[in-house]
Amino acid sequence: MSTKKFHTIESTAVPLPIENVDTDQIIPARFLKATTRDGFGENLFRDWRFDKNDQPKTDFALNSSVYSGTILIGGKNFGSGSSREHAAWAIHDYGFKVVVSSFFADIFKNNALNNGLLPVQVSEDFLSRIFQAIEKDASSMLKVDLKNQQITLSASGEPSLRARRSQSERFDINPYKKECLLNGYDDIDFLLSIKETIAQFEQART
Amino acid sequence: MKELAGKTLFDKIWDAHVVEEIKGGPSVLYIDKHLIHEVTSPQAFAGIDKRGISVFRPQHTIATPDHNIPTVDQHLTIQDELSRFQVDKLTENCEKHGVTLYGLNHPYQGIVHVIGPELGITQPGMTMVCGDSHTSTHGAFGSVAFGIGTSEVEMVLATQCILQPKPGKMRITVDGELPKGVTAKDVILYIISKISTSGGTGYFIEYAGSVIRSLSMEGRMTVCNMSIESGARGGIIAPDETTFDYIKEKEFAPKGEEFDRAVKSWKVLKSDEDAVFDQELHFDAADIEPMITYGTNPGMGAKITGHIPFVEETEAGNRESYKKSLAYMDFEAGTPIAGRKVDYVFVGSCTNGRIEDLREVATFIKGRQKADHVTAWIVPGSKQVEKQAIKEGIADVLEKAGFQLRQPGCSACLAMNDDKVPEGKLAVSTSNRNFEGRQGPGSRTMLASPITAAAAAVTGTVTDPRSML
Ligand code: SF4
Repeated sequence: MSTKKFHTIESTAVPLPIENVDTDQIIPARFLKATTRDGFGENLFRDWRFDKNDQPKTDFALNSSVYSGTILIGGKNFGSGSSREHAAWAIHDYGFKVVVSSFFADIFKNNALNNGLLPVQVSEDFLSRIFQAIEKDASSMLKVDLKNQQITLSASGEPSLRARRSQSERFDINPYKKECLLNGYDDIDFLLSIKETIAQFEQART
Repeated sequence: MKELAGKTLFDKIWDAHVVEEIKGGPSVLYIDKHLIHEVTSPQAFAGIDKRGISVFRPQHTIATPDHNIPTVDQHLTIQDELSRFQVDKLTENCEKHGVTLYGLNHPYQGIVHVIGPELGITQPGMTMVCGDSHTSTHGAFGSVAFGIGTSEVEMVLATQCILQPKPGKMRITVDGELPKGVTAKDVILYIISKISTSGGTGYFIEYAGSVIRSLSMEGRMTVCNMSIESGARGGIIAPDETTFDYIKEKEFAPKGEEFDRAVKSWKVLKSDEDAVFDQELHFDAADIEPMITYGTNPGMGAKITGHIPFVEETEAGNRESYKKSLAYMDFEAGTPIAGRKVDYVFVGSCTNGRIEDLREVATFIKGRQKADHVTAWIVPGSKQVEKQAIKEGIADVLEKAGFQLRQPGCSACLAMNDDKVPEGKLAVSTSNRNFEGRQGPGSRTMLASPITAAAAAVTGTVTDPRSML
């Protein structure tokens, strides 16, 4: 089963300048009762997004008419806490393709990568520049080029100005995971293809 | 030529389970034991079905429902429709694929991380995974155990392997002797308050030192359980006589000569003298007091005799999050932690829902009464814990003191079922997470040890349990 190939993403971004965003906030436990992977986007950041009466909280970034795009920018230590993969599903289902932060929790990072959601880890400095740029101008663009492992922040304005004012940073990604994302490969297909080797390993241990 | 350094305990177990290394990529890691529950497995089984394959080694997976079950009237049909569907789905999937299931009302049912050890499923030297971050609990036995996501659950079901990059190695040594009234829970809350919720990220932590050695298996499980709250992949403790004594005679443990042979092979499971860790930290038991959290992540803990940090005392880059957290808790910076009024007390979860925890609470509570305004829940971690608590008269003592003894499950630890702390109410809880809304929308949680929770139940306020010992 191959998954969708990951292409270069160019988009405005939604800022969430909060540190230690845990997966209980991304998708609260009471919404984990489903037995399929779909529909979790509806309850993404449920308790930050809606009040007790299910009315959208207007001061929350996802409800703002100013911010939009397929890139989510979070504060340091994004995705900590519960291992629930539902968090990655919710973010992806909502429409995000990339999450940018200066630090990701381990399990969240794995879960995201396994679902075609790209976690891009940038320096503290670059992260605060992104937040500042978006705060100043919500139409600031980000370009995430997986192939060249580069993230570029460009100011708004006419194209020639934008090019001159843009700033880039290289990000790391495991080469194997990068290949998988670029080509839409699936880990389980790979593991199934080496089943013989796994059986031999079992034999050798007994 | 540079001399090869020795291996850490973690290296030894990990390396023995690598089926194949992918160049520039993760390792293919063989998994000995796989635990599953109703919340993170249905999508994985659906994936298997979609591929038209069967579970590769069904005998290595064990299932139990725990997260999403009621803790009253378990003999009746589950009332909540979605919960019932999820639990039924687990039963259906296990039957279809030949996976052993300890369903509701089965004498072995309970929280995955409580039943693994108490049934002797968890053993030294194993690799273990579960779609649950607190799988780190099992590391207390000297096994490499960690939480995984649902895609990885599917990998294990399909091939008994997962793709995993090897984490770094950290050793945390706690030396000295724990003062009276200071428990394993205080040790781990203390460690996380020092290294923060991201201090362990990228590492597997080995716990060592005289304090760790002196802990019971239950205490060691509490420490390893909360490793994940420091961001670490897992925790591990070298097995010793305490470990072997605990495992002996357990249902699925090797018996007789086989047990002796196993112990012999377990005894070599320790880090070599010259093993090198990527990071080493040392703590002194003398500095550890009963700990409690005051914020909205497990790293926001302090000595119960202390005060809530002033904003200036916190890390500069983190102050906005800090203020947000205190606003949620409705706490004021600089105020003493003890003395505030408590509405709920929850004793349970995979951190502190084992028989030893219930015994501790009962010993403390005996002859005392909970405060009138406090709702106090005791939720045993498993059917076996429940049975033992009744047998030993613990259940009686607690009920007499005004505690509600409920049936086994995760319960108010994550409040997926009806066991929710109401909005705005303050709970002292023996579980492991104090995130916003973790125990119910708008609920406020302070994490502490079982005896600190018991003290709060009796006085109705946050209280240093040492004053009552
Ligand atoms: S008791 Fe709490 S932490 Fe433990 S497995 Fe259940 S929900 Fe997770």
